[in-house]
Amino acid sequence: MSAALAATLALAACGASNEETDPATAAEGGSGEELSGTLVGAGASSQQAAMQGWTAGYSSIQPDVTVNYDPIGSGGGREQFLAGGTDFAGSDAALDEEELAQAEERCGEAGIFELANYIAPIAVVYNLEGVDELNLSPEVLAGIFNQEITNWNDPAIAADNPDATLPDLPITPVNRSDESGTTENFTEYLVAAAGDAWPHEASGDWPVSGGEAAQGTSGVVSAVSAGNGSIGYADLSQAGDLGVANIGVGEEFVEPTAEAAAAVVENSETLEGRGEYDFAIELARDTTESGNYPIVLISYHVGCVEYEDQETADLVADFMSYAVSEEGQQAAAEAAGSAPISDNLREQAQGAIDAITAAG
Amino acid sequence: MTSTTSAPPAQQPKSRPGDRIFAGTAKGAGILILIILAGVAVFLISESVPALTAPADEIPGDGGLASYIWPLIFGTLLSATIALLVATPLAVAIALFITFYAPRKLAAGLGYVVDLLAAIPSIVYGFWGIFWLAPRLVPFYRWLEENLGFIPFFVGPVSSSGRTMLTIGLVLAVMILPIVSAISREVFSQVPTLHTEAALALGATRWEMIKMAVIPYGKSGVIGGSMLGLGRALGETMAVAIILSGSAAGITWALITSANPQTIAANIALEFPESTGLAVNTLIASGLALFLITLLVNMLARWVVSRRADFSGAN
Repeated sequence: MSAALAATLALAACGASNEETDPATAAEGGSGEELSGTLVGAGASSQQAAMQGWTAGYSSIQPDVTVNYDPIGSGGGREQFLAGGTDFAGSDAALDEEELAQAEERCGEAGIFELANYIAPIAVVYNLEGVDELNLSPEVLAGIFNQEITNWNDPAIAADNPDATLPDLPITPVNRSDESGTTENFTEYLVAAAGDAWPHEASGDWPVSGGEAAQGTSGVVSAVSAGNGSIGYADLSQAGDLGVANIGVGEEFVEPTAEAAAAVVENSETLEGRGEYDFAIELARDTTESGNYPIVLISYHVGCVEYEDQETADLVADFMSYAVSEEGQQAAAEAAGSAPISDNLREQAQGAIDAITAAG
Repeated sequence: MTSTTSAPPAQQPKSRPGDRIFAGTAKGAGILILIILAGVAVFLISESVPALTAPADEIPGDGGLASYIWPLIFGTLLSATIALLVATPLAVAIALFITFYAPRKLAAGLGYVVDLLAAIPSIVYGFWGIFWLAPRLVPFYRWLEENLGFIPFFVGPVSSSGRTMLTIGLVLAVMILPIVSAISREVFSQVPTLHTEAALALGATRWEMIKMAVIPYGKSGVIGGSMLGLGRALGETMAVAIILSGSAAGITWALITSANPQTIAANIALEFPESTGLAVNTLIASGLALFLITLLVNMLARWVVSRRADFSGAN
């Protein structure tokens, strides 16, 4: 209630001639009014850089609101949110059935919202002297990372790249040595798109042993840079001077761009049988649609549709509005190199945000 | 009577508050260190219990706790052994040079520089190893593979980035060099002048003097110092996590390929941030294994040093 009162007072103070404002209408006004308080979130470290962009941008709009985001990891973020320790969670994966049941206890009948507000394309980066453009179909990509295709002059690679002169050089596949969401999304893609060429399960821990393993995105990028003939996967924004492979989608090869990454998220199906504002999606990893880049990492914002107090509801709604806004997505893109969400997704997300209320 | 009670006998010193406070705090500090050590042990054991009792297929890797931890123990011991094999002769040579060969002015400066190596944070060694040392070792590794490839240590394919077990062994060797050479130097400088002068007086050359008088006297000190260095090499985390490409499926003796066993400490640092539940217990269980190994190494060092306590300058 205190925020509503504060908002009322603030409005009253601003316009002295105004009539007394009803607290309820003032609180539901959404953005535009002055809010104050602290918003606490925790979760995925993947969106930490974007979150820094959001909190910095948001503080210029709402200087009295402090947003604290603890990048403890997706699992920990969901756990803390469901236990009531935080106001919202950042998570690379949607809640599973068990967690949805817990969410009902945390948020009540109204349920939760899950918004895919952070989209980051994962690029396949390579270091190969004399080859400026490289096309890789999903099967070839899986073969390389499964260490079945071990030389750059392999006929399978040549078939994808008829114009390139491929050297006789061993391939060094580089993977993450730490458990990571990037690896999880990359293997998920290989499972969905490569068929039998990728016999492993999707996992945050790299499933194939014997490759070059490096710590973190920066470690992978530096390992690929260090060795001629290396290939790895990393966040597109971190690819730097390395070559970036075009990935086979349907009949064509798609370059990883922000637009192509946002397109695949927009064309993905929302998961059925969840709450009205639960926009958890089943990423169309095996898409054949033109201009879609299927190797993306998405990170959700998870929160309650109905909060116990008005202050939290206002803060969450206002901050989320900013995060999905064009300005907010731009701030994230600058801070983290993420792909801004499409207008359709924004509209969908805004619908959920407008529905956020306080109980009683 | 009052005078005798107020003035205690001269034999019994008066107990002043300062004495009692100092004795109490010193005793407290001594007990505290024991409590901390016991606390760490209790924590490690109690947090390991879920992993120790869990069915094998629930442990990460699906092979059970032993098959998860064993390659890590192997990697830890292998990297530390390489470091020790490289660092100990080098450290002894540095110590001998500083104590017996170098001009006095140079000796002081050189000792200071070696000690300075100990002050460099391990993350900096990590960067040095990954950006400077590793790429420069690749041609050398290629040569090793071509000429000595029949030895299991040097089978190919050679890592294209140089981030291998041998590289991390060399980086760890540089990291433990200061402690081993500092202790060796300390021991060598305590060799009784009588011994060295007696050796020289009998017509020994300087090298013979070192062989006959200095090395036997300082042996236990050098061993103690190497064990302390070994302790540091076993527990080194950040440099290994950054440099080593730890992607081997199990145990391998190959030192120059991309597939190397990971070490315990680096594995904990890499896996912990995204781990939950039983995976954390498994990591703590591997930490318990490391704790036991370092404890053994330290006890061994104590034993070696104390066995020759009469000669040693290290006590």
